[in-house]
Amino acid sequence: MTRITPLEWPVIRQLRTRDSSGRGAAVTSKKTRETSPRTSDADTVVQSICPYCAVGCGQKVYAKDNRVVHIEGDPDSPISRGRLCPKGAASEQLVNSAGRQTKVLYRAPRSREWESLDLDRAIDMIADRLLTARRKHWEDTDQHGNPVRRTMGFASLGGATIDNEENYLIKKLFSAAGAVQIENQARI
Amino acid sequence: MESLTEDTQRSAEAYAERAGSRKAFFTDTSICIGCKACEVACKEWNRNPQDGDLEVLGSSYDNTGALGANTWRHVAFVEQDQDRIEKARESGRKLVSLGMPRVGPPAQAGAAAGAQDGTAPPDTAEFRWLMSSDVCKHCTHAGCLDVCPTGALFRTEYGTVKVQEDICNGCGTCVGGCPFGVIERRDEGIIRAKTERAQSKYAQEIPNEGTANKCTFCYDRLVDGQTPACAQTCPTTSIKFGDREDMVESARQRVAELHQQGMTEARLYGANPNDGVGGTGSIFLLLDEPEVYGLPPDPRVPTKDLPRMYQRAVLAAGGMLAAVGVSFVLGGRR
Amino acid sequence: MAECHPVGFQWVTEAKQRGARIIHVDPRFTRTSAVADRHIALRAGSDIVLLGALINYVLTHDLWFEEYVRAYTNAATIISEEYQDPEDLNGLFSGYNPEDGTYDKSTWSYQSATGRETVGEPGAETEDDAAEPHEFGAGGPPLSHANVRRDETLQDPRCVFQVLKRHFARYTPEMVEQTCGISVDDFTYLANSITENSGRERTTAFTYAVGWTQHAQGAQFIRTAAILQLLLGNMGRPGGGIIALRGHATIQGCTDIPTLFNLLPGYLPMPEAGQHNTLQTYLDSIGSKKQKGFWANADAYTISLLKAWWGDAATQENDFAYDYLPRLTGAHGTYQTLERMLRDELDGYFLIGQNPAVGSANGRMQRLGMSHLKWLVVRDFSLIESATWWKDGPEIHTGELRTEDIETEVFFLPAANHTEKAGSFTQTQRLVQWRHQAVTPPDDAQSELHFFHELGKRLRQRLAGSQDSRDRPLLDLTWDYPTDAHGEPDPEAVLAEINGFHVSGPDQGEPLSTFNEMRADGSTAGGCWIYTGIYADRVNQSARRKPGQEQDETAAEWAWAWPANRRLLYNRASADPQGRPWSERKKYVWWDDEQQRWTGKDVPDFPVDRAPDARPEPDAGGPAALAGDDPFIMQADGKGWLFAPHGLVDGPLPTHYEPPESPIGNPLYGQQSNPARIVLPGKDNLLAPSALQPGSEIYPHIFTTYRLTEHHTAGGMSRFLPYLAELQPEMFCEVSPEFAAEIGLEAYGWATIISPRSAIEARVFITERVTSLTIAGRRVHQVGLPYHWGVGNEAVVEGDAANDLLGLTLDPNVHIQGSKAAQCAVRPGRRPRGPELTKLVEDLRQQAGLTVETGNERLTVPWGEPQDQPRGEQ
Repeated sequence: MTRITPLEWPVIRQLRTRDSSGRGAAVTSKKTRETSPRTSDADTVVQSICPYCAVGCGQKVYAKDNRVVHIEGDPDSPISRGRLCPKGAASEQLVNSAGRQTKVLYRAPRSREWESLDLDRAIDMIADRLLTARRKHWEDTDQHGNPVRRTMGFASLGGATIDNEENYLIKKLFSAAGAVQIENQARI
Repeated sequence: MESLTEDTQRSAEAYAERAGSRKAFFTDTSICIGCKACEVACKEWNRNPQDGDLEVLGSSYDNTGALGANTWRHVAFVEQDQDRIEKARESGRKLVSLGMPRVGPPAQAGAAAGAQDGTAPPDTAEFRWLMSSDVCKHCTHAGCLDVCPTGALFRTEYGTVKVQEDICNGCGTCVGGCPFGVIERRDEGIIRAKTERAQSKYAQEIPNEGTANKCTFCYDRLVDGQTPACAQTCPTTSIKFGDREDMVESARQRVAELHQQGMTEARLYGANPNDGVGGTGSIFLLLDEPEVYGLPPDPRVPTKDLPRMYQRAVLAAGGMLAAVGVSFVLGGRR
Repeated sequence: MAECHPVGFQWVTEAKQRGARIIHVDPRFTRTSAVADRHIALRAGSDIVLLGALINYVLTHDLWFEEYVRAYTNAATIISEEYQDPEDLNGLFSGYNPEDGTYDKSTWSYQSATGRETVGEPGAETEDDAAEPHEFGAGGPPLSHANVRRDETLQDPRCVFQVLKRHFARYTPEMVEQTCGISVDDFTYLANSITENSGRERTTAFTYAVGWTQHAQGAQFIRTAAILQLLLGNMGRPGGGIIALRGHATIQGCTDIPTLFNLLPGYLPMPEAGQHNTLQTYLDSIGSKKQKGFWANADAYTISLLKAWWGDAATQENDFAYDYLPRLTGAHGTYQTLERMLRDELDGYFLIGQNPAVGSANGRMQRLGMSHLKWLVVRDFSLIESATWWKDGPEIHTGELRTEDIETEVFFLPAANHTEKAGSFTQTQRLVQWRHQAVTPPDDAQSELHFFHELGKRLRQRLAGSQDSRDRPLLDLTWDYPTDAHGEPDPEAVLAEINGFHVSGPDQGEPLSTFNEMRADGSTAGGCWIYTGIYADRVNQSARRKPGQEQDETAAEWAWAWPANRRLLYNRASADPQGRPWSERKKYVWWDDEQQRWTGKDVPDFPVDRAPDARPEPDAGGPAALAGDDPFIMQADGKGWLFAPHGLVDGPLPTHYEPPESPIGNPLYGQQSNPARIVLPGKDNLLAPSALQPGSEIYPHIFTTYRLTEHHTAGGMSRFLPYLAELQPEMFCEVSPEFAAEIGLEAYGWATIISPRSAIEARVFITERVTSLTIAGRRVHQVGLPYHWGVGNEAVVEGDAANDLLGLTLDPNVHIQGSKAAQCAVRPGRRPRGPELTKLVEDLRQQAGLTVETGNERLTVPWGEPQDQPRGEQ
């Protein structure tokens, strides 16, 4: 425990300072006097972009010990000038919400409940199923004999918060696998 | 002794070299879009718990209701018909003709009655939807601060009023001391969620439980030269932040500008140093009577009456003492 | 805009304070209306009447920007003698085929300057060869050449200008009043406002969102606004234009580098079986070498893409592996896929940050469809309703589905969020902005980049050594991206591939700086031609962050905009035909005579040294064919299209049709609804009978769906967050006081809203923000429904989903569903629980006599009997 020097005793401070009514400087606690913003000890601050609507507001993301501690508007952005709407302002909660599910879950046919599943195993199972569906629904030609070289066995529907680089890989991979039923929120 | 309320001038001087100019919010409701970003940014910065019962409140798009221990910025939504709009315009016009200080310099106010630059007063709309973001007023004479027995509430070097949660013992005296009903004691326990299943997952520990809570004016941002979270996030600059003098000035300019456009319903709230709290550190431009937004029309700091009460008490005590003395004298004779 | 794009609205607020007039046209009074100069309520789905009347007003009052229109649009171009207008055919255009509901578009063509023949699509020999719209990409339709017949006096009765005049002649203020419910006074205010604020000195902008797109003719809504803006000279100029306010962080990017069935990156079309069997036929269909503009170089863009994907395996000899691309046979959009699900024709489905159980139209059909899958992969942050419908969805409650009967395997894989990965988003103005990574993802969470890279690696491992030619595209795919210690691929490496690079030659391996460097000989590779330049000089240009306050208003050094960091498209039109700014006040890009170059505040959207008076050689094609005053450089004739001879399947001009479900008869034509709309008849997608047919009165009211500031689409990123959930905790409907009194709704009580698809309950907001309108002499009530809630057990707040009420009918151009105007019944009180709910819906269906055919009849005028007298009084 830190020792309070006699000079910091409230009554002494009240007399020492001009805060005669004891409602200002004289009554401040050590904690108050040492107040600093909780972002001050962040170990990284990166420039980011809000993930909600398409205005594309700039965000500053503060992190400490590999955990996001705060997100606020980036004043440098010529689009948003440091401002965020309620959704953008809530995006720290998007990262840290208790509602987030961070582990893989698996539901077997006819099962009433989820069960846990190893991530590596899950990707293996998905790869196997994808190849099976691809083969089973493969089409070499259409009804007129025109080449189609495709599979109708699986489809995808993406949201519109998927990065350009991610969409690029999805389209590239699925097209190479012969899939054509690749869709996005942009259709909706 | 003229007043028992705090001497803000001396409070400021007490900070000596640390003292800054008094800071203020100017909330211009004429450009508020009711997005509630201020509510969320405030909660996020201050880690305030989610509020309420997760049910529609029955007050247009407002579902947080009022300022309280957990909600330090609150956006009101008011739907009005033509009749009400006309009344608001008329009441504002009266304020202008009375030359009330709350509506800006008389020179500009005078111009407001007539249209300038060929701008006719706008046709009265059939309907309007008012939005306004409320916040702690950080009064010049702050009732909460005056009555706080522990020294938990204090006047900061920015002229704002803040609770020190490490000192507050939760006595609740301040709650009755606030003429705006802003400060509130934070309930113990966990925040309720709508259903049991959500309770387990979304249950949130309450920080500073059992203490009095209200807007800190983002004291922890001010000390770092930052803008308070609500003003920083406000998309349309409806919430402005700066030195109080500048805020009052821009508020007066804005109200004059609206008057020139024929919007005589515009008026200021909290800019008048002669009101019952000596003016506030949160100034509002309103488009109707304060009551419409849930604000008291004539707020008075309770301690303002204390000197008078004190004098009476002294008189009474003197009388009592005299009576006692007399009784002693009389008794001594027995 | 204030409601759904609050931070973007700061510029509107600022403009208004500087004197701009803001008019908000919307069926509901929103937060935007609250701060607008005027809110004008209209009946949902009647927009073309309003916009068409504005066009008519501009034409009849001679308020069009003459110099602009004459020089920069196709107003003078002569249309085929064969063309017939809806005014002649009671709501149909010439060329309609009642068998399949499509148009033969050959009669809509330009006349050729060289003779009486018309200017068709290149390579289209017969009408059967004419392309479907999903085959165009978004590159716009090609022309075989640009040598067209014009009448510069605009007097020829077949010129576009005269056709336009006749087409919109009956779109009057009175028609607006009768059809949209907008008073003549409000219309006049609107018309005066926009015309007085357009011209040399001033510009007017239109902004829209899905309130225009989500209709069975949504593309035509926007076309109408485009015609108006061209007539007023507001395109390609600062403060003008038509601004799409897109709803999601990178929904623009999702279209540019698409995960859409009909597109390849950069709006190149996916090849169609039969029409595009060879690379050459494919390239011919995108753009003729003889047409004007930059689509003529589509061969270089396409071959660079193929080189990016298949590297050394893409050679001149094998047509650059063109055959590795799978082919379309018609539409394979999300709703067609849904129909296949219900027919048990689809095994697996990936949902990647998407919640169709709540967010897609006809939610019940979506959930039933998923119950037919063999496996479902859901990648998201939380257990959204699309991941849990098998245990707590509405159909489990009604008993239509039983958990223990559902065979679908469900994988939930947690996704990394925007702070846990680096990458780029493209916002609504084409600005590509890079996000830096702040932290690593928690537990099993992965970025899509990581997951799909890993999935691809495992697919290739499993197929390694395969001799099956079907596996070559996967095995030959360039897939070796550098990864970090966690296995995460380097997103900048992917960006570099999207940008493109020199495959051979002296600059081998170096990034391309512009798409003009792309070659059709295989010497360049590039994943998305319009993004070329984003990695110029090996610098991630999208990560540029020069503070806005240190730049002018163009802020050209903040991030990077496609194409070529150009911030305003078609900005050549910001100068007059001679290259001078239209006015000092509105100067933006202009011709510098001394430098002999285009210059200004932005990257000129024009060949930079093409003088205003330059005239192309008669045989020129591509960019070389652009005259110095052809500002619309992506159009095959360099002009803004008032009349679209190609590219739209439901008409070269916008025409008002009623929504597929409408209690109102079309006041303009005998044809009730868009005759070319895509219908998806089925027992799970029943429609109400449209106006004046028996049974229509069972669903007498109009409902429309929309968003709120506090939530995000289907709620996956808002209902799981306590701070947002508390702000709008419950599903509600908004109704007018008049309507509430009429049917006995109590303020903040409950109402049940019933459509032919489903019934939902909502708290009742009685408000003057919703107006009951008088349409064609009868009172019409509109019910407003936000669509953010869904039924499940995982979010902070839940509620019935508005999308469950919607049926599926699609715009034929873009296959987007109409979800802004449909019919419903409303009753006070909460909806029944369990099987009773299904019964309630069924009872109303029976009362209305619904069949699978109801509402799906495309044609409502007698076929083959063109009527002399159009309906409606004039």
